[in-house]
Amino acid sequence: MSGFDWQFFVEVLIGGLLSGVMYSLVAIGFVLIYKTSGVLNFAQGAMLLFAALTFVSLVERGVPFALALIITFAVMVVIGIAIERVVLRPLTNRSPMTLFMATLGLSYILEGAAQLIWGTQVHGLDLGIDDVPFEVGGVLISQFDLFAAAIAAALVLFLSVFFRYTRVGLAFRAVADDQFAALAVGLRLPRIWATVWAVAGLVALVAGLLWGARLGVQFSLSLVVLKALPVLVLGGFDSIPGAIVGGLLIGATEKLAEVYIGEYFGGGTESWFAYVVALAFLLIRPSGIFGQKLVERV
Amino acid sequence: MAEHDLPLLVVDGVSATYNHAIAALQGVSFAVRRGEIVALLGANGAGKTTALKALSNLLPAERGQITAGSIRFDGRDVTATAPADLVRSGLVQVLEGRHCFRNLTVEENLITGGIGRSARRPEIADDLEKIYLQFPRLKAKRRTLAGLTSGGEQQMTAIGRALMSRPRLLVLDEPSMGLAPLVVRDIFETLRKLNQETGLAILVAEQNSTVALKYAHRATILENGISVLSDSTENLRNGNDVTKFYLGERTVPLAVAKPANQLTEAGT
Ligand SMILES: Nc1ncnc2c1ncn2[C@@H]1O[C@H](COP(=O)(O)OP(=O)(O)O)[C@@H](O)[C@H]1O
Ligand SMILES: [Mg+2]
Repeated sequence: MSGFDWQFFVEVLIGGLLSGVMYSLVAIGFVLIYKTSGVLNFAQGAMLLFAALTFVSLVERGVPFALALIITFAVMVVIGIAIERVVLRPLTNRSPMTLFMATLGLSYILEGAAQLIWGTQVHGLDLGIDDVPFEVGGVLISQFDLFAAAIAAALVLFLSVFFRYTRVGLAFRAVADDQFAALAVGLRLPRIWATVWAVAGLVALVAGLLWGARLGVQFSLSLVVLKALPVLVLGGFDSIPGAIVGGLLIGATEKLAEVYIGEYFGGGTESWFAYVVALAFLLIRPSGIFGQKLVERV
Repeated sequence: MAEHDLPLLVVDGVSATYNHAIAALQGVSFAVRRGEIVALLGANGAGKTTALKALSNLLPAERGQITAGSIRFDGRDVTATAPADLVRSGLVQVLEGRHCFRNLTVEENLITGGIGRSARRPEIADDLEKIYLQFPRLKAKRRTLAGLTSGGEQQMTAIGRALMSRPRLLVLDEPSMGLAPLVVRDIFETLRKLNQETGLAILVAEQNSTVALKYAHRATILENGISVLSDSTENLRNGNDVTKFYLGERTVPLAVAKPANQLTEAGT
Protein backbone atom coordinates (compact mmCIF):
# COMPACT_ATOMS: atom_id res chain seq x y z
CA MET A 1 0.00 0.00 0.00
CA SER A 2 1.91 2.99 -1.21
CA GLY A 3 -0.76 5.62 -0.75
CA PHE A 4 -3.38 6.84 -3.15
CA ASP A 5 -2.75 6.61 -6.91
CA TRP A 6 -3.71 10.15 -7.95
CA GLN A 7 -2.90 9.65 -11.56
CA PHE A 8 -5.34 6.79 -11.82
CA PHE A 9 -7.96 8.76 -9.92
CA VAL A 10 -7.69 11.67 -12.34
CA GLU A 11 -7.92 9.29 -15.25
CA VAL A 12 -11.13 7.76 -13.95
CA LEU A 13 -12.50 11.18 -13.09
CA ILE A 14 -11.86 12.56 -16.56
CA GLY A 15 -13.32 9.47 -18.19
CA GLY A 16 -16.39 9.91 -16.00
CA LEU A 17 -16.77 13.60 -16.76
CA LEU A 18 -16.51 12.96 -20.47
CA SER A 19 -19.17 10.30 -20.46
CA GLY A 20 -21.21 12.64 -18.27
CA VAL A 21 -21.21 15.11 -21.13
CA MET A 22 -23.31 12.68 -23.10
CA TYR A 23 -25.81 12.37 -20.26
CA SER A 24 -26.00 16.14 -20.24
CA LEU A 25 -26.88 16.18 -23.91
CA VAL A 26 -29.85 13.91 -23.42
CA ALA A 27 -30.94 15.90 -20.39
CA ILE A 28 -30.75 19.20 -22.27
CA GLY A 29 -33.27 17.90 -24.77
CA PHE A 30 -35.64 17.23 -21.86
CA VAL A 31 -35.09 20.61 -20.26
CA LEU A 32 -35.75 22.58 -23.45
CA ILE A 33 -39.18 21.10 -23.85
CA TYR A 34 -40.04 21.04 -20.16
CA LYS A 35 -39.14 24.71 -19.70
CA THR A 36 -41.29 25.99 -22.53
CA SER A 37 -44.28 23.72 -22.47
CA GLY A 38 -44.20 21.95 -19.11
CA VAL A 39 -44.13 18.60 -20.89
CA LEU A 40 -41.90 15.89 -19.52
CA ASN A 41 -40.90 14.42 -22.85
CA PHE A 42 -40.30 10.74 -22.37
CA ALA A 43 -39.93 10.43 -26.14
CA GLN A 44 -36.57 12.22 -26.08
CA GLY A 45 -34.83 8.81 -26.05
CA ALA A 46 -36.89 7.56 -28.97
CA MET A 47 -36.14 10.75 -30.88
CA LEU A 48 -32.47 10.14 -30.24
CA LEU A 49 -32.76 6.58 -31.53
CA PHE A 50 -34.77 7.67 -34.52
CA ALA A 51 -32.19 10.30 -35.43
CA ALA A 52 -29.23 7.95 -35.09
CA LEU A 53 -30.98 5.20 -37.02
CA THR A 54 -32.02 7.49 -39.84
CA PHE A 55 -28.52 8.86 -40.13
CA VAL A 56 -26.82 5.46 -40.11
CA SER A 57 -29.24 3.99 -42.60
CA LEU A 58 -28.71 6.90 -44.96
CA VAL A 59 -24.95 6.61 -44.72
CA GLU A 60 -25.16 2.86 -45.25
CA ARG A 61 -27.11 3.52 -48.44
CA GLY A 62 -24.27 5.62 -49.74
CA VAL A 63 -25.52 9.09 -48.85
CA PRO A 64 -22.53 11.35 -48.10
CA PHE A 65 -21.93 12.16 -44.45
CA ALA A 66 -22.81 15.88 -44.62
CA LEU A 67 -25.92 15.33 -46.71
CA ALA A 68 -27.09 12.57 -44.39
CA LEU A 69 -26.66 14.97 -41.49
CA ILE A 70 -28.75 17.62 -43.18
CA ILE A 71 -31.48 15.19 -44.21
CA THR A 72 -31.65 13.71 -40.72
CA PHE A 73 -31.90 17.16 -39.19
CA ALA A 74 -34.71 18.05 -41.59
CA VAL A 75 -36.50 14.84 -40.66
CA MET A 76 -36.13 15.65 -36.96
CA VAL A 77 -37.54 19.13 -37.50
CA VAL A 78 -40.53 17.71 -39.33
CA ILE A 79 -41.07 15.15 -36.58
CA GLY A 80 -40.81 17.87 -33.93
CA ILE A 81 -43.37 20.06 -35.65
CA ALA A 82 -45.66 17.11 -36.27
CA ILE A 83 -45.53 16.10 -32.62
CA GLU A 84 -46.45 19.61 -31.52
CA ARG A 85 -49.28 19.83 -34.00
CA VAL A 86 -50.79 16.36 -33.85
CA VAL A 87 -50.15 15.26 -30.29
CA LEU A 88 -49.61 18.25 -28.04
CA ARG A 89 -51.82 20.97 -29.44
CA PRO A 90 -55.02 18.95 -29.08
CA LEU A 91 -53.96 18.24 -25.49
CA THR A 92 -53.42 21.85 -24.43
CA ASN A 93 -54.75 22.49 -20.93
CA ARG A 94 -54.59 18.82 -19.99
CA SER A 95 -52.80 17.69 -16.86
CA PRO A 96 -49.02 17.18 -16.92
CA MET A 97 -49.69 13.47 -16.36
CA THR A 98 -51.79 13.24 -19.52
CA LEU A 99 -49.05 14.96 -21.48
CA PHE A 100 -46.40 12.68 -20.03
CA MET A 101 -48.46 9.62 -20.99
CA ALA A 102 -48.83 11.05 -24.47
CA THR A 103 -45.05 11.30 -24.85
CA LEU A 104 -44.71 7.79 -23.47
CA GLY A 105 -47.04 6.57 -26.22
CA LEU A 106 -45.14 8.72 -28.65
CA SER A 107 -41.87 7.04 -27.81
CA TYR A 108 -43.38 3.65 -28.74
CA ILE A 109 -44.73 5.04 -31.98
CA LEU A 110 -41.34 6.52 -32.87
CA GLU A 111 -39.54 3.31 -32.04
CA GLY A 112 -42.09 1.30 -34.00
CA ALA A 113 -41.74 3.62 -36.95
CA ALA A 114 -37.96 3.39 -36.79
CA GLN A 115 -38.19 -0.39 -36.75
CA LEU A 116 -40.63 -0.42 -39.63
CA ILE A 117 -38.56 1.88 -41.80
CA TRP A 118 -35.03 0.84 -40.97
CA GLY A 119 -35.36 -2.70 -39.62
CA THR A 120 -34.11 -4.10 -36.35
CA GLN A 121 -30.49 -4.97 -36.94
CA VAL A 122 -27.67 -3.28 -35.05
CA HIS A 123 -25.71 -0.77 -37.06
CA GLY A 124 -22.17 0.28 -36.48
CA LEU A 125 -21.69 4.01 -36.69
CA ASP A 126 -18.27 5.31 -37.57
CA LEU A 127 -17.79 9.02 -37.11
CA GLY A 128 -14.18 8.67 -38.25
CA ILE A 129 -12.75 9.15 -34.79
CA ASP A 130 -10.43 6.46 -33.49
CA ASP A 131 -10.87 5.62 -29.88
CA VAL A 132 -7.17 5.55 -29.23
CA PRO A 133 -6.37 6.88 -25.79
CA PHE A 134 -3.66 9.48 -25.64
CA GLU A 135 -1.60 10.64 -22.77
CA VAL A 136 -1.51 14.03 -21.07
CA GLY A 137 0.91 14.29 -18.15
CA GLY A 138 0.74 10.58 -17.50
CA VAL A 139 -3.06 10.50 -17.64
CA LEU A 140 -4.75 8.47 -20.35
CA ILE A 141 -7.66 10.17 -22.08
CA SER A 142 -10.00 8.62 -24.62
CA GLN A 143 -9.81 10.50 -27.87
CA PHE A 144 -13.40 9.71 -28.74
CA ASP A 145 -14.69 10.92 -25.39
CA LEU A 146 -12.80 14.14 -25.84
CA PHE A 147 -14.24 14.56 -29.31
CA ALA A 148 -17.74 13.92 -28.00
CA ALA A 149 -17.22 16.45 -25.23
CA ALA A 150 -16.04 19.04 -27.73
CA ILE A 151 -19.08 18.49 -29.94
CA ALA A 152 -21.38 18.70 -26.95
CA ALA A 153 -19.70 21.88 -25.76
CA ALA A 154 -20.06 23.39 -29.22
CA LEU A 155 -23.74 22.52 -29.26
CA VAL A 156 -24.30 24.03 -25.83
CA LEU A 157 -22.47 27.17 -26.91
CA PHE A 158 -24.57 27.37 -30.04
CA LEU A 159 -27.78 26.98 -28.03
CA SER A 160 -26.72 29.63 -25.51
CA VAL A 161 -26.00 32.13 -28.25
CA PHE A 162 -29.23 31.23 -30.00
CA PHE A 163 -31.34 31.73 -26.89
CA ARG A 164 -29.48 34.81 -25.71
CA TYR A 165 -29.23 36.84 -28.89
CA THR A 166 -31.99 35.90 -31.30
CA ARG A 167 -35.62 36.93 -31.31
CA VAL A 168 -36.78 33.36 -31.32
CA GLY A 169 -34.50 32.77 -28.36
CA LEU A 170 -36.00 35.72 -26.50
CA ALA A 171 -39.51 34.52 -27.26
CA PHE A 172 -38.49 31.08 -26.02
CA ARG A 173 -37.21 32.48 -22.74
CA ALA A 174 -40.36 34.58 -22.35
CA VAL A 175 -42.59 31.54 -22.80
CA ALA A 176 -40.44 29.55 -20.39
CA ASP A 177 -40.77 32.36 -17.86
CA ASP A 178 -44.49 33.08 -17.98
CA GLN A 179 -46.65 31.33 -20.52
CA PHE A 180 -49.80 33.30 -19.82
CA ALA A 181 -47.99 36.62 -20.13
CA ALA A 182 -46.41 35.42 -23.37
CA LEU A 183 -49.86 34.69 -24.72
CA ALA A 184 -51.11 38.14 -23.69
CA VAL A 185 -48.10 39.84 -25.24
CA GLY A 186 -48.99 38.28 -28.58
CA LEU A 187 -46.30 35.63 -28.90
CA ARG A 188 -47.42 32.73 -31.05
CA LEU A 189 -47.00 29.86 -28.64
CA PRO A 190 -47.63 27.01 -31.10
CA ARG A 191 -44.89 28.34 -33.36
CA ILE A 192 -42.48 28.62 -30.44
CA TRP A 193 -43.32 25.10 -29.27
CA ALA A 194 -42.73 23.74 -32.74
CA THR A 195 -39.35 25.49 -32.81
CA VAL A 196 -38.44 24.06 -29.45
CA TRP A 197 -39.34 20.56 -30.60
CA ALA A 198 -37.20 21.08 -33.66
CA VAL A 199 -34.27 22.20 -31.49
CA ALA A 200 -34.85 19.21 -29.23
CA GLY A 201 -34.67 17.15 -32.41
CA LEU A 202 -31.28 18.68 -33.19
CA VAL A 203 -30.05 17.86 -29.69
CA ALA A 204 -31.39 14.33 -30.11
CA LEU A 205 -29.54 14.03 -33.39
CA VAL A 206 -26.19 15.07 -31.92
CA ALA A 207 -26.66 12.91 -28.84
CA GLY A 208 -27.84 10.00 -30.96
CA LEU A 209 -24.78 10.14 -33.18
CA LEU A 210 -22.36 10.32 -30.26
CA TRP A 211 -24.06 7.57 -28.27
CA GLY A 212 -24.56 5.55 -31.41
CA ALA A 213 -20.89 5.78 -32.30
CA ARG A 214 -20.00 4.51 -28.90
CA LEU A 215 -22.57 1.79 -28.28
CA GLY A 216 -23.65 0.96 -31.81
CA VAL A 217 -26.98 2.08 -33.16
CA GLN A 218 -29.55 -0.30 -31.74
CA PHE A 219 -32.89 -0.13 -30.05
CA SER A 220 -31.48 -0.08 -26.55
CA LEU A 221 -30.24 3.39 -27.49
CA SER A 222 -33.61 4.81 -26.56
CA LEU A 223 -32.94 3.64 -23.01
CA VAL A 224 -30.32 6.35 -22.49
CA VAL A 225 -33.38 8.36 -21.60
CA LEU A 226 -33.28 6.46 -18.31
CA LYS A 227 -29.76 7.76 -17.75
CA ALA A 228 -31.08 11.28 -18.14
CA LEU A 229 -33.60 11.00 -15.33
CA PRO A 230 -31.08 11.06 -12.45
CA VAL A 231 -29.30 13.90 -14.22
CA LEU A 232 -32.56 15.85 -14.28
CA VAL A 233 -33.28 15.13 -10.65
CA LEU A 234 -29.84 16.41 -9.80
CA GLY A 235 -29.82 19.45 -12.06
CA GLY A 236 -33.48 20.42 -11.92
CA PHE A 237 -35.91 19.80 -14.75
CA ASP A 238 -35.94 23.41 -15.83
CA SER A 239 -32.27 24.36 -15.87
CA ILE A 240 -29.86 23.94 -18.76
CA PRO A 241 -26.78 24.69 -16.62
CA GLY A 242 -28.27 22.17 -14.20
CA ALA A 243 -28.47 19.56 -16.94
CA ILE A 244 -24.81 20.15 -17.80
CA VAL A 245 -23.51 20.07 -14.26
CA GLY A 246 -25.86 17.22 -13.35
CA GLY A 247 -24.62 15.17 -16.26
CA LEU A 248 -20.99 15.76 -15.33
CA LEU A 249 -21.62 14.92 -11.69
CA ILE A 250 -23.49 11.73 -12.50
CA GLY A 251 -20.87 10.70 -15.04
CA ALA A 252 -18.01 11.29 -12.62
CA THR A 253 -19.53 9.76 -9.49
CA GLU A 254 -20.76 6.80 -11.47
CA LYS A 255 -17.29 5.97 -12.81
CA LEU A 256 -15.55 6.65 -9.51
CA ALA A 257 -18.04 4.46 -7.67
CA GLU A 258 -17.60 1.68 -10.18
CA VAL A 259 -13.85 1.74 -9.79
CA TYR A 260 -13.46 2.38 -6.07
CA ILE A 261 -16.45 0.83 -4.35
CA GLY A 262 -17.78 -1.40 -7.13
CA GLU A 263 -16.02 -4.47 -5.78
CA TYR A 264 -17.98 -4.31 -2.52
CA PHE A 265 -21.20 -4.66 -4.50
CA GLY A 266 -19.89 -7.30 -6.84
CA GLY A 267 -19.37 -4.79 -9.65
CA GLY A 268 -21.94 -3.43 -12.07
CA THR A 269 -22.71 -0.38 -9.94
CA GLU A 270 -22.78 1.73 -13.09
CA SER A 271 -26.29 0.67 -13.92
CA TRP A 272 -27.88 1.85 -10.69
CA PHE A 273 -25.49 4.13 -8.84
CA ALA A 274 -26.79 7.25 -10.58
CA TYR A 275 -30.23 6.53 -9.18
CA VAL A 276 -28.91 6.24 -5.65
CA VAL A 277 -27.15 9.59 -6.02
CA ALA A 278 -30.31 11.13 -7.44
CA LEU A 279 -32.45 9.67 -4.67
CA ALA A 280 -30.12 10.94 -1.98
CA PHE A 281 -30.15 14.31 -3.63
CA LEU A 282 -33.92 14.34 -3.91
CA LEU A 283 -34.11 14.09 -0.13
CA ILE A 284 -31.77 17.03 0.39
CA ARG A 285 -32.83 19.41 -2.36
CA PRO A 286 -35.97 18.46 -4.28
CA SER A 287 -35.75 21.30 -6.81
CA GLY A 288 -32.29 20.28 -8.01
CA ILE A 289 -29.04 22.23 -7.93
CA PHE A 290 -30.19 24.95 -10.28
CA GLY A 291 -33.91 24.26 -10.22
CA GLN A 292 -36.03 27.34 -10.14
CA LYS A 293 -36.48 28.66 -6.67
CA LEU A 294 -40.07 29.70 -6.48
CA VAL A 295 -39.77 33.45 -6.29
CA GLU A 296 -42.62 35.06 -4.48
CA ARG A 297 -44.91 37.05 -6.72
CA VAL A 298 -45.24 40.63 -5.57
CA MET B 1 -68.76 54.28 -43.38
CA ALA B 2 -70.96 53.93 -40.36
CA GLU B 3 -68.49 51.34 -39.09
CA HIS B 4 -66.35 54.15 -37.85
CA ASP B 5 -69.01 55.50 -35.53
CA LEU B 6 -69.18 52.18 -33.74
CA PRO B 7 -67.34 52.06 -30.45
CA LEU B 8 -63.87 50.51 -30.72
CA LEU B 9 -64.81 47.78 -28.28
CA VAL B 10 -68.32 46.50 -27.66
CA VAL B 11 -68.98 43.95 -24.95
CA ASP B 12 -72.59 42.91 -25.22
CA GLY B 13 -74.44 40.73 -22.72
CA VAL B 14 -71.48 38.49 -22.03
CA SER B 15 -71.79 35.55 -19.65
CA ALA B 16 -68.84 33.38 -18.81
CA THR B 17 -68.01 30.31 -16.76
CA TYR B 18 -64.88 28.55 -15.57
CA ASN B 19 -64.62 24.79 -16.11
CA HIS B 20 -68.14 24.87 -17.57
CA ALA B 21 -69.36 25.20 -13.99
CA ILE B 22 -68.51 28.31 -12.00
CA ALA B 23 -70.48 31.25 -13.34
CA ALA B 24 -68.21 34.30 -13.24
CA LEU B 25 -70.10 36.69 -15.54
CA GLN B 26 -73.86 36.78 -16.07
CA GLY B 27 -74.58 39.55 -18.51
CA VAL B 28 -71.88 42.16 -18.81
CA SER B 29 -72.21 45.03 -21.25
CA PHE B 30 -70.05 48.05 -21.83
CA ALA B 31 -68.27 49.81 -24.64
CA VAL B 32 -65.10 51.81 -25.22
CA ARG B 33 -65.08 54.50 -27.88
CA ARG B 34 -62.02 55.77 -29.69
CA GLY B 35 -60.02 58.26 -27.66
CA GLU B 36 -61.79 57.44 -24.43
CA ILE B 37 -60.69 56.24 -21.00
CA VAL B 38 -63.21 53.85 -19.49
CA ALA B 39 -63.02 52.38 -16.00
CA LEU B 40 -64.44 49.01 -15.03
CA LEU B 41 -65.16 49.18 -11.32
CA GLY B 42 -66.19 46.57 -8.83
CA ALA B 43 -65.24 44.83 -5.62
CA ASN B 44 -62.92 41.87 -5.41
CA GLY B 45 -64.54 38.91 -7.20
CA ALA B 46 -66.99 41.07 -9.14
CA GLY B 47 -65.74 39.69 -12.44
CA LYS B 48 -63.45 42.46 -13.72
CA THR B 49 -60.54 40.18 -14.53
CA THR B 50 -62.81 37.62 -16.15
CA ALA B 51 -64.36 40.30 -18.34
CA LEU B 52 -60.93 41.56 -19.41
CA LYS B 53 -59.64 38.06 -20.14
CA ALA B 54 -62.77 37.41 -22.15
CA LEU B 55 -62.20 40.45 -24.34
CA SER B 56 -58.57 39.49 -25.06
CA ASN B 57 -59.72 35.92 -25.77
CA LEU B 58 -57.54 34.66 -22.94
CA LEU B 59 -60.31 32.78 -21.15
CA PRO B 60 -59.73 29.48 -22.99
CA ALA B 61 -56.17 29.40 -21.65
CA GLU B 62 -57.64 29.60 -18.13
CA ARG B 63 -60.30 26.96 -18.73
CA GLY B 64 -62.95 29.61 -19.04
CA GLN B 65 -65.78 29.80 -21.57
CA ILE B 66 -68.04 32.51 -22.89
CA THR B 67 -71.55 31.12 -22.76
CA ALA B 68 -73.57 34.05 -24.06
CA GLY B 69 -73.19 37.46 -25.62
CA SER B 70 -70.67 38.88 -28.02
CA ILE B 71 -67.48 40.89 -27.94
CA ARG B 72 -66.35 42.94 -30.91
CA PHE B 73 -63.12 44.85 -31.26
CA ASP B 74 -63.14 47.19 -34.21
CA GLY B 75 -65.89 45.07 -35.73
CA ARG B 76 -64.05 41.79 -35.38
CA ASP B 77 -65.40 38.90 -33.33
CA VAL B 78 -62.91 38.59 -30.48
CA THR B 79 -63.82 35.04 -29.54
CA ALA B 80 -62.95 33.85 -33.05
CA THR B 81 -59.57 35.59 -33.10
CA ALA B 82 -56.35 34.21 -31.62
CA PRO B 83 -54.89 36.34 -28.79
CA ALA B 84 -51.78 36.94 -30.88
CA ASP B 85 -53.91 38.32 -33.72
CA LEU B 86 -55.84 40.56 -31.33
CA VAL B 87 -52.52 42.05 -30.21
CA ARG B 88 -51.56 42.60 -33.84
CA SER B 89 -54.86 44.34 -34.48
CA GLY B 90 -54.21 46.74 -31.60
CA LEU B 91 -55.94 45.25 -28.56
CA VAL B 92 -53.28 44.81 -25.89
CA GLN B 93 -53.71 43.94 -22.23
CA VAL B 94 -51.60 44.51 -19.14
CA LEU B 95 -52.52 41.57 -16.97
CA GLU B 96 -53.53 41.67 -13.33
CA GLY B 97 -50.43 41.24 -11.18
CA ARG B 98 -48.25 42.69 -13.98
CA HIS B 99 -46.89 39.35 -15.18
CA CYS B 100 -43.46 40.63 -16.16
CA PHE B 101 -41.04 38.05 -17.46
CA ARG B 102 -39.08 37.96 -14.24
CA ASN B 103 -35.96 36.29 -15.60
CA LEU B 104 -35.71 38.68 -18.53
CA THR B 105 -34.21 42.13 -18.25
CA VAL B 106 -36.50 45.15 -18.34
CA GLU B 107 -35.41 45.88 -21.90
CA GLU B 108 -35.93 42.28 -23.01
CA ASN B 109 -39.42 42.47 -21.52
CA LEU B 110 -40.12 45.54 -23.62
CA ILE B 111 -38.74 43.90 -26.76
CA THR B 112 -41.09 40.93 -26.39
CA GLY B 113 -43.92 43.42 -26.92
CA GLY B 114 -42.35 44.37 -30.24
CA ILE B 115 -41.93 40.73 -31.22
CA GLY B 116 -45.56 40.19 -30.23
CA ARG B 117 -46.66 42.44 -33.07
CA SER B 118 -43.96 41.17 -35.44
CA ALA B 119 -42.23 44.55 -35.62
CA ARG B 120 -38.99 45.00 -37.51
CA ARG B 121 -35.77 45.75 -35.69
CA PRO B 122 -35.52 49.51 -36.41
CA GLU B 123 -39.14 49.95 -35.33
CA ILE B 124 -38.41 48.18 -32.08
CA ALA B 125 -35.41 50.42 -31.44
CA ASP B 126 -37.54 53.52 -32.12
CA ASP B 127 -40.35 52.33 -29.88
CA LEU B 128 -37.89 51.53 -27.09
CA GLU B 129 -36.68 55.12 -27.08
CA LYS B 130 -40.27 56.36 -26.88
CA ILE B 131 -41.01 54.09 -23.94
CA TYR B 132 -37.89 55.31 -22.16
CA LEU B 133 -39.11 58.88 -22.65
CA GLN B 134 -42.43 57.97 -21.05
CA PHE B 135 -40.81 56.00 -18.26
CA PRO B 136 -37.27 57.31 -17.54
CA ARG B 137 -37.05 54.89 -14.60
CA LEU B 138 -37.10 52.01 -17.04
CA LYS B 139 -34.12 53.34 -18.95
CA ALA B 140 -32.05 53.34 -15.78
CA LYS B 141 -33.13 49.76 -15.09
CA ARG B 142 -32.97 48.45 -18.64
CA ARG B 143 -30.32 45.83 -17.87
CA THR B 144 -31.86 44.71 -14.56
CA LEU B 145 -33.87 41.50 -14.38
CA ALA B 146 -37.52 42.52 -14.16
CA GLY B 147 -38.04 40.21 -11.18
CA LEU B 148 -35.56 42.27 -9.20
CA THR B 149 -37.23 45.64 -9.78
CA SER B 150 -39.82 47.29 -7.54
CA GLY B 151 -43.56 46.77 -7.92
CA GLY B 152 -43.96 50.18 -9.55
CA GLU B 153 -41.15 49.51 -12.00
CA GLN B 154 -42.68 46.15 -12.86
CA GLN B 155 -46.00 47.84 -13.55
CA MET B 156 -44.23 50.35 -15.80
CA THR B 157 -42.39 47.51 -17.54
CA ALA B 158 -45.67 45.70 -18.14
CA ILE B 159 -47.28 48.88 -19.49
CA GLY B 160 -44.22 49.68 -21.60
CA ARG B 161 -44.24 46.14 -22.98
CA ALA B 162 -47.88 46.57 -23.98
CA LEU B 163 -47.14 49.94 -25.58
CA MET B 164 -44.39 48.32 -27.65
CA SER B 165 -47.21 46.50 -29.46
CA ARG B 166 -48.56 49.91 -30.57
CA PRO B 167 -52.05 49.37 -29.18
CA ARG B 168 -55.18 51.22 -30.24
CA LEU B 169 -56.91 50.03 -27.10
CA LEU B 170 -54.80 49.51 -23.99
CA VAL B 171 -56.47 47.34 -21.38
CA LEU B 172 -55.15 47.37 -17.82
CA ASP B 173 -56.22 45.11 -14.97
CA GLU B 174 -55.82 46.80 -11.59
CA PRO B 175 -52.61 48.71 -12.30
CA SER B 176 -52.79 50.30 -8.84
CA MET B 177 -52.74 46.99 -7.00
CA GLY B 178 -50.14 46.93 -4.23
CA LEU B 179 -48.53 50.22 -5.21
CA ALA B 180 -47.91 53.35 -3.15
CA PRO B 181 -50.34 56.23 -3.87
CA LEU B 182 -47.62 58.37 -5.43
CA VAL B 183 -46.63 55.61 -7.83
CA VAL B 184 -50.28 55.02 -8.69
CA ARG B 185 -50.67 58.73 -9.46
CA ASP B 186 -47.57 58.65 -11.67
CA ILE B 187 -48.89 55.73 -13.64
CA PHE B 188 -52.33 57.23 -14.14
CA GLU B 189 -50.81 60.58 -15.12
CA THR B 190 -48.77 58.79 -17.79
CA LEU B 191 -51.86 56.98 -19.02
CA ARG B 192 -53.79 60.24 -19.21
CA LYS B 193 -50.95 61.87 -21.12
CA LEU B 194 -50.87 58.99 -23.60
CA ASN B 195 -54.61 59.30 -24.03
CA GLN B 196 -54.50 63.05 -24.58
CA GLU B 197 -51.44 63.13 -26.82
CA THR B 198 -52.01 60.07 -28.96
CA GLY B 199 -55.73 59.45 -28.61
CA LEU B 200 -55.02 55.98 -27.25
CA ALA B 201 -58.23 54.41 -25.94
CA ILE B 202 -57.84 52.93 -22.47
CA LEU B 203 -59.92 50.46 -20.52
CA VAL B 204 -58.87 50.08 -16.91
CA ALA B 205 -60.30 47.72 -14.30
CA GLU B 206 -59.94 49.00 -10.75
CA GLN B 207 -61.07 48.35 -7.22
CA ASN B 208 -59.60 51.73 -6.41
CA SER B 209 -62.60 53.70 -7.63
CA THR B 210 -61.36 57.06 -6.34
CA VAL B 211 -58.35 57.06 -8.64
CA ALA B 212 -60.18 55.49 -11.56
CA LEU B 213 -63.07 57.95 -11.39
CA LYS B 214 -60.59 60.80 -11.38
CA TYR B 215 -58.90 59.81 -14.62
CA ALA B 216 -61.59 58.00 -16.63
CA HIS B 217 -64.25 59.64 -18.79
CA ARG B 218 -66.82 56.97 -18.20
CA ALA B 219 -67.15 53.99 -15.93
CA THR B 220 -69.08 50.74 -15.73
CA ILE B 221 -69.72 49.15 -12.37
CA LEU B 222 -69.72 45.37 -12.03
CA GLU B 223 -71.32 43.50 -9.22
CA ASN B 224 -71.45 39.71 -8.96
CA GLY B 225 -70.72 39.30 -12.63
CA ILE B 226 -73.36 41.76 -13.77
CA SER B 227 -72.78 45.25 -15.12
CA VAL B 228 -75.16 47.22 -12.94
CA LEU B 229 -74.39 50.80 -13.90
CA SER B 230 -72.66 52.75 -16.65
CA ASP B 231 -72.30 56.50 -16.66
CA SER B 232 -69.89 59.37 -17.14
CA THR B 233 -67.43 59.64 -14.29
CA GLU B 234 -68.60 63.18 -13.70
CA ASN B 235 -72.07 61.95 -12.87
CA LEU B 236 -70.67 59.08 -10.87
CA ARG B 237 -68.40 61.34 -8.83
CA ASN B 238 -71.17 63.70 -7.88
CA GLY B 239 -73.20 60.60 -7.59
CA ASN B 240 -76.50 59.86 -6.12
CA ASP B 241 -77.12 57.18 -3.54
CA VAL B 242 -77.17 54.36 -6.06
CA THR B 243 -73.65 55.18 -7.13
CA LYS B 244 -72.43 55.43 -3.59
CA PHE B 245 -74.00 52.10 -2.89
CA TYR B 246 -72.03 50.37 -5.59
CA LEU B 247 -68.84 52.20 -4.84
CA GLY B 248 -68.78 50.91 -1.32
CA GLU B 249 -70.97 53.18 0.76
CA ARG B 250 -73.82 50.82 1.36
CA THR B 251 -76.87 52.93 2.03
CA VAL B 252 -79.35 51.70 -0.55
CA PRO B 253 -80.85 48.22 -0.81
CA LEU B 254 -79.93 46.32 -3.94
CA ALA B 255 -83.52 46.26 -5.21
CA VAL B 256 -83.46 50.01 -5.83
CA ALA B 257 -80.67 49.72 -8.36
CA LYS B 258 -81.81 49.56 -11.92
CA PRO B 259 -79.95 47.35 -14.34
CA ALA B 260 -77.41 49.15 -16.44
CA ASN B 261 -77.75 51.04 -19.62
CA GLN B 262 -77.29 49.41 -22.91
CA LEU B 263 -74.83 51.23 -25.00
CA THR B 264 -74.88 48.54 -27.55
CA GLU B 265 -77.91 48.67 -29.79
CA ALA B 266 -75.47 48.82 -32.68
CA GLY B 267 -73.88 45.62 -31.44
CA THR B 268 -75.85 42.92 -33.18
N1 LIG C 1 -59.36 30.62 -12.92
C1 LIG C 1 -60.56 30.60 -12.27
N2 LIG C 1 -61.18 29.42 -12.05
C2 LIG C 1 -62.38 29.39 -11.42
N3 LIG C 1 -63.03 30.47 -10.96
C3 LIG C 1 -62.46 31.68 -11.12
C4 LIG C 1 -61.19 31.80 -11.79
N4 LIG C 1 -60.87 33.11 -11.82
C5 LIG C 1 -61.88 33.77 -11.21
N5 LIG C 1 -62.84 32.91 -10.78
C6 LIG C 1 -64.09 33.29 -10.11
O1 LIG C 1 -64.81 34.17 -10.94
C7 LIG C 1 -65.35 35.23 -10.20
C8 LIG C 1 -64.87 36.56 -10.73
O2 LIG C 1 -63.48 36.69 -10.47
P1 LIG C 1 -62.59 37.81 -11.11
O3 LIG C 1 -62.96 37.96 -12.53
O4 LIG C 1 -61.18 37.46 -10.82
O5 LIG C 1 -63.02 39.11 -10.31
P2 LIG C 1 -62.25 40.47 -10.03
O6 LIG C 1 -61.18 40.60 -11.04
O7 LIG C 1 -63.31 41.51 -10.14
O8 LIG C 1 -61.71 40.39 -8.64
C9 LIG C 1 -64.95 35.00 -8.75
O9 LIG C 1 -66.04 34.39 -8.10
C10 LIG C 1 -63.80 34.07 -8.84
O10 LIG C 1 -63.76 33.22 -7.73
MG1 LIG D 1 -59.20 40.91 -10.72
